[in-house]
Amino acid sequence: MHGRPRKAYKPEEEAASAAKAVKPRSLQSQFMSNHHNKIYTKEAIELSTKLLEINPEAYTAWNYRKLAVEDRLSRIESDPDLVKSILDEELVVVESALRQNFKSYGAWHHRKWVLSKGNSSIGNELRLLDKFQRLDSRNFHAWNYRRFVVELTNRSEQDELQYTENMISTDFSNYSAWHNRSVLLSSLLARRADGFMPNEKIPEEYKLVHDAIFTDEDDQSGWFYHLWLLDQTVNVETPLLISSWPSHGSRINLSGAGCLNDSSSKLPTFCFESGSFPLILYFDQDVGGVSSSTVKIDSELKGNEDLVWEPVSKKNSQVSCVWVARLKYMSSEPSFRKEYKVNVRIGNSPGIVSSRGFNFNAPYEFVFTAHVHDTVEESQESIVSWTDGFDIWDAQSKDLNSLVTLDQLNTQMDLKWRQEALAEEIDLFHALSDSKIGKLTLARLLKAEAMISGDAVKGVHYEKIVDLYNDLMALDSPHYQYYKDEHSVALLHKVTSSTESLSRYLFQYKDMNNAVCLRLNNLSLSRIGSVEKLLFVQMLDLSHNELHSTEGLEAMQLLSCINLSHNRIRSFSALDSLRHLKQLRVLDVSHNHIGKHSVDTTRYLCSSPLSNSEWTQDEVGRQMPTLVTKYWDAYFVFRDLNLKQLDIAGNVIAGDEFSSFVIQVVPKLVWLDGQKLRR
Amino acid sequence: MSSTSTSSQMGQLVADKHVRYILMAEKKKESFESVVMDHLRMNGAYWGLTTLDLLEKLGTVSEDEVVSWVMTCQHESGGFAGNTGHDPHILYTLSAVQILALFDKLNILDVGKVSSYVAGLQNEDGSFSGDIWGEIDTRFSYIAICCLSIFKCLDKINVEKAVDYIVSCKNLDGGFGCTPGAESHAGQIFCCVGALAITGNLHHVDKDLLGWWLCERQVKSGGLNGRPEKLPDVCYSWWVLSSLIMIDRVHWIDKAKLVKFILDCQDMDNGGISDRPDDAVDIFHTYFGVAGLSLLEYPGIKAIDPAYALPVDVINRIIFTK
Ligand SMILES: [Zn+2]
Repeated sequence: MHGRPRKAYKPEEEAASAAKAVKPRSLQSQFMSNHHNKIYTKEAIELSTKLLEINPEAYTAWNYRKLAVEDRLSRIESDPDLVKSILDEELVVVESALRQNFKSYGAWHHRKWVLSKGNSSIGNELRLLDKFQRLDSRNFHAWNYRRFVVELTNRSEQDELQYTENMISTDFSNYSAWHNRSVLLSSLLARRADGFMPNEKIPEEYKLVHDAIFTDEDDQSGWFYHLWLLDQTVNVETPLLISSWPSHGSRINLSGAGCLNDSSSKLPTFCFESGSFPLILYFDQDVGGVSSSTVKIDSELKGNEDLVWEPVSKKNSQVSCVWVARLKYMSSEPSFRKEYKVNVRIGNSPGIVSSRGFNFNAPYEFVFTAHVHDTVEESQESIVSWTDGFDIWDAQSKDLNSLVTLDQLNTQMDLKWRQEALAEEIDLFHALSDSKIGKLTLARLLKAEAMISGDAVKGVHYEKIVDLYNDLMALDSPHYQYYKDEHSVALLHKVTSSTESLSRYLFQYKDMNNAVCLRLNNLSLSRIGSVEKLLFVQMLDLSHNELHSTEGLEAMQLLSCINLSHNRIRSFSALDSLRHLKQLRVLDVSHNHIGKHSVDTTRYLCSSPLSNSEWTQDEVGRQMPTLVTKYWDAYFVFRDLNLKQLDIAGNVIAGDEFSSFVIQVVPKLVWLDGQKLRR
Repeated sequence: MSSTSTSSQMGQLVADKHVRYILMAEKKKESFESVVMDHLRMNGAYWGLTTLDLLEKLGTVSEDEVVSWVMTCQHESGGFAGNTGHDPHILYTLSAVQILALFDKLNILDVGKVSSYVAGLQNEDGSFSGDIWGEIDTRFSYIAICCLSIFKCLDKINVEKAVDYIVSCKNLDGGFGCTPGAESHAGQIFCCVGALAITGNLHHVDKDLLGWWLCERQVKSGGLNGRPEKLPDVCYSWWVLSSLIMIDRVHWIDKAKLVKFILDCQDMDNGGISDRPDDAVDIFHTYFGVAGLSLLEYPGIKAIDPAYALPVDVINRIIFTK
């Protein structure tokens, strides 16, 4: 089915093909008869050999041979020589089948099956493989079989590593060899085998892969290996806390639902109808085991003895880089004090473990003050505007500094060899910076260096990275959107690299107790990033960008209003991450592409029956099953949200039928497309 | 005029010719190719019928004839063979189930029996064998999960272990292989990502790393290959695209160039699509070409589900019906 040239139709060829089919057809029908009647005579077995010579893919014939072998072995069990000769016969048949079709799954498996019987000598297998792998060095069946043989013979990982090196030195463009090398090396590095300490071995590996990348910069064989080395250089195994809300030393104002009686204050106040506020922990990688025993909290706030910590992730995942617990602050008994100190200690007792199995072992402690206000007025159901009522934030203000968290450096990390390796790579790849892979690698290296450097270096690096992705968008246009996404991430790194630069995008919304509003509109962002630095934001304006998903926003647990109008959202399933935002009341997704496309790229990234999540049918589901199937993405996302205000105009899906469906699904909705609903 | 000389004047899908090609291919039982392919006729039927449905022409085949032939391939064990007389295997069991789903005829199956056959192939470590002879491959994990999900009885297997096994086949380039340590391959990635998607476990995928590997499968001609430094091939349009869609990274490739590559692989005279321009067409690549175009939102083709490889309306009907 592959690589056969197309030929014009000729009747005589059809006849020739039919003639050629006569013999195999009769072989096949005789074989079937033997198989169904369990005939394992010498002649019958010989017939299956002939069939397999013509068609090594005839899987039933391999099955038949296994039955025949078992039948013969059951008669002669005591004679090891005879056993061996029966099995050797099979190996010969497999070998000739493989000569005919090197990619026959059935043939390779038959060989494994024979060898697993343990009576054949395994010594010949590596020699046979060497021969095959010289003919086709990328054949993955042969490589898989090689790993099988290596395991049977207990050949050392070091010897196999040497084999990959030999293959690579014969031809650097052998992705299969690089792949196998990464498997072997990561095993050797993980168990710190003799001579395989990361700080010595990884710099050596960089040198090896340079030969591949610099010989032919368009050859991809070394690209992914280099990226893996870079990952090994910057990523530390042990997890680390990188930010929290509230942050260390901060003072937060809390109130219940409604407006404050003291409107003279300029400070933002966080209102929570539930009478509890989220405590957010943000780690550098997915971790499990965050609980009231691994995170200790001392405070005078009552009723928080056994806090429940939840991972901000898909339902059936018990790991996440974001964890949240809700602290009660509005207890029923009258409070005499208004200020409460809260002390949080993480990781003093073991239990927080990364998804790769490494313990959180850098205990961390932070303290913040909660100031609880009285509310006098009932909350009003007024419409939230994205145009009026905003004040610019004073960049010098102390309040801002206490809100914005700066990331914590991993003091345990052995930085020296990592910095040296990165510096050397950056130097080298500058020389290759006219090519695509040169620019891309340089951008990645600079990002890595920024991660382990101070603020001054960061700002400069992100500037360079943004430029490199700009170049790449022009240089390699088929992958334009890949670079565009990376560009957006780098831009957000730049924006959040200092309080000063971030403050230019920060505002306060007077009508909602001076809520903190971040306006990242009109930046042509195609992707969201740096959310760990934005945990304090309550209103987020992302309008007039190129976003097609809200992935990442789930960490911003304080968000109550989001403006996504004029973006590229294609379906409601792309808003799945918003389901984690318990405070969200106002959502604008007007002027997007919802309903325009037949392909939904977030169909399986959204919790729904499609991705096997439990589904309890409600009233809407019972009464409108057809609309639920038609608008399943809106149904499953909206029924978990508690929206009061929604804008969906300017999408293909918008219309009377959809509006009346949404009103049923979101019973608390007050405003739809700027109109107050009459219920 | 030979088909080779016309292949440069492409531009659009010759859907009618493909329909005719599929209907004709079914009748050509005399050729050498049909004997060699005899054992996987069930796959062939699935490829052909799904293509017809995507082109809204499923009505042109005799449903009763197909369904009764499919049922002749079922064994006492509950599994299906690639054709009448052959042995049962999980590969053909899925195709049989998919064909019946296309015709909305799952009700004629003894679901308990088929699902027990599939569930019985799970091994202690969570992996799946293809049949009683014990070949293990993540393709079989996908098939088992896909089948059982269509039957809504994933609880018959240990899903957690099945997922753990798939995750153990994840490589340092973000892709997946057929067994732990095996090299990443687009077809295998589709199987693993599909199984993780159906079970709600896509958080195990490094979407950015895998997405970059997958989008770099696009070569200068616009076609996609299945591994680095390999030739492009129409069948990877399906495997790479569906994987990219499931992880929401399909915008990282140039869709217009890929559409052109697939259209360039059509036989404009006799219908059918080949692996590369000017190669011989076959039903396998015809299906993957049309399914790929469906994922690229080519007009006139029904939407196909990227995980189940069946039309979206068929899957929505099955999944959202309580
Ligand atoms: Zn192909």
